[in-house]
Amino acid sequence: MNRSFAESTARERVTHLLDADTFHEILGPAERVVSPHLALLGVPSAFDDGVVIGSGLLDGQAILVAAQEGEFMGGGVGEVHGAKLVGLFKRALAAKPAAVIVLAESGGVRLHEANAGLIAVSEVMRALLDVRAQGIPVIMLIGGANGCFGGMGLIARCADHVVMSDIGRLAMSGPEVIESSNGVEEFDSRDRALVWRTTGGKHRYLTDDCDVLVEDDVAQFRAAAMGLLGQSLPLSLASMEAEHALLASRLSRYGDCRDALDIWQRAGVADPLRVPDMEARQMPALKALNPKELA
Amino acid sequence: MEKLHFEFPGQYAPGHFTPVLVGVVGSGNLEVMLEPHGGSTCTIDVTTSAGGFGPIWEAVVHDFQARHRLAGIAVSINDMGATPAVVSLRLDQAAAALPLGSQSNSGAPT
Amino acid sequence: MNWEALLAALFGKSHDVKCDGDLLSGTAQFNEHTLTVVGTTHHAAIGVELALAQARVVLNTVREHPGRGILLLVDTQGQRLRHRDELLGINRYMAHMGCCVELARRQHHPVIGLVYDQALSGGFITSGLMADACYALPEAEIRVMRLPAMARVTKIDEQRLAELSKSNPVFAPGVENYVAMGGIRALWSGDLKACLLTALLDASTLDERAADGAARGGRRLAAQVTARVVNA
Repeated sequence: MNRSFAESTARERVTHLLDADTFHEILGPAERVVSPHLALLGVPSAFDDGVVIGSGLLDGQAILVAAQEGEFMGGGVGEVHGAKLVGLFKRALAAKPAAVIVLAESGGVRLHEANAGLIAVSEVMRALLDVRAQGIPVIMLIGGANGCFGGMGLIARCADHVVMSDIGRLAMSGPEVIESSNGVEEFDSRDRALVWRTTGGKHRYLTDDCDVLVEDDVAQFRAAAMGLLGQSLPLSLASMEAEHALLASRLSRYGDCRDALDIWQRAGVADPLRVPDMEARQMPALKALNPKELA
Repeated sequence: MEKLHFEFPGQYAPGHFTPVLVGVVGSGNLEVMLEPHGGSTCTIDVTTSAGGFGPIWEAVVHDFQARHRLAGIAVSINDMGATPAVVSLRLDQAAAALPLGSQSNSGAPT
Repeated sequence: MNWEALLAALFGKSHDVKCDGDLLSGTAQFNEHTLTVVGTTHHAAIGVELALAQARVVLNTVREHPGRGILLLVDTQGQRLRHRDELLGINRYMAHMGCCVELARRQHHPVIGLVYDQALSGGFITSGLMADACYALPEAEIRVMRLPAMARVTKIDEQRLAELSKSNPVFAPGVENYVAMGGIRALWSGDLKACLLTALLDASTLDERAADGAARGGRRLAAQVTARVVNA
């Protein structure tokens, strides 16, 4: 039975991602650790400030988990929300879980608390990298309809692994912001096919910004996360140089491509127009064609 | 934003339970949290961004309590303009998530 | 202050920092040590190339000059708002810069950020804000978004925002707000050499910004919420 990841709330996603009845929430809604700023602006708060954090078991192994609620303030990071994420990563240093798993769905910084959110994003990045330095893998699961943008888009690419569905998007700036700054010819934000080609799970999977592509199914996200437990990637000069070479190579190979279709074509995908209609499980075969080409 | 408070006598007290939360605070939506409290009443505290609907809230929560007759429970709501139908649905979903033995036969889907 | 005047104030003639497009890079002699200087100018829009170019300078320092201090100079209008940058994955390029700064810190390079002109939108999250500490000149502009635009997006009356921002530094533009919230360690004025020297000596491996925000009253909750999560 398929349970849609996108249509589930953050709370539901966590419940069904982890082993049954193992989730123990930290600073749950009854603690009422809410934003002190939203009420002043006449905006309703959420009891958990839009992020569910806690511990649990995944395939019998202890993990720490955070899930952002995309429907509350667009999943935006505010003071309390950000502090919960920072706290989770700091907790991991002592708890040494098999992984820290972040179900990211966010527009980035919560504008109503813009400065707090911005600073929090960098605090989360540093705390996340501290966790990685201890050999604890950090896994991002991105599959919400609101995508993973802005500061969260940066945080996602600081993690060890990224799992996405094609409903998920991973980027920095949203298409609306780009259109309003530089015009509809630059980026037509209402062209959904364009938006998803540019920032959606399939494109990110084909360009190696996403490690595993799954269908919109909590069980598939769960299986993917299980497969990544224990797979910590080192942060070293060598790994950073390799990352640098990959990014430089991407620029030189695809820097003049005008559309994702051009990138896929140049990378050896035989029929790029078919990609949007393909299923997730058909995508690894495409990537296997030219594993070095696409990255 | 408006805050509303209601209190009703009740019958079915689930005793101690882990707080229950349903819904999300999105446009046209609400979150409903149920917590145990010592006492024999059901209290309902609403914080809503859509002011001026006091009488409608009163009717909705009154009907809810008529269905469930909960006691020893504090209901807390953060609302962002949900319709009465959605409010009723969430309240029933929350009640359905209570430990067994305290639910009424309201027919709320699980 | 433009970058040439800034570097003259900091290093006199003892630097070889050049400007290549929007990229600043080079070295400076300071307090009998060599520093790497890297950053941006012309209110640069951070696109994939500029993020990568800055990362390259940081990586070169880590590879070739163990322990050398790094000064990150920030002047940016934010991330570049173009389809091409999103297509190529600018979030990964910017994250890479942030991870390079982190690597440098971890390998015991003191890294100091300085917002000397603008830091708008998300432009300095993975540069200045990843340093051991980020400082700013008093005349610097730091903001996520101007109030009129914020009012349009949040649908909150601009006057309300302006009124609230008088007593709450949490969303409004202003370098003072970032100091109050702990994001900026301190402002540099007067003797800039002395400010840089203090910054290098104070460089800490711990992230003290939430503690600073609490102590200064601008961000009262972050540190205690984090502590509650750790200790729960």
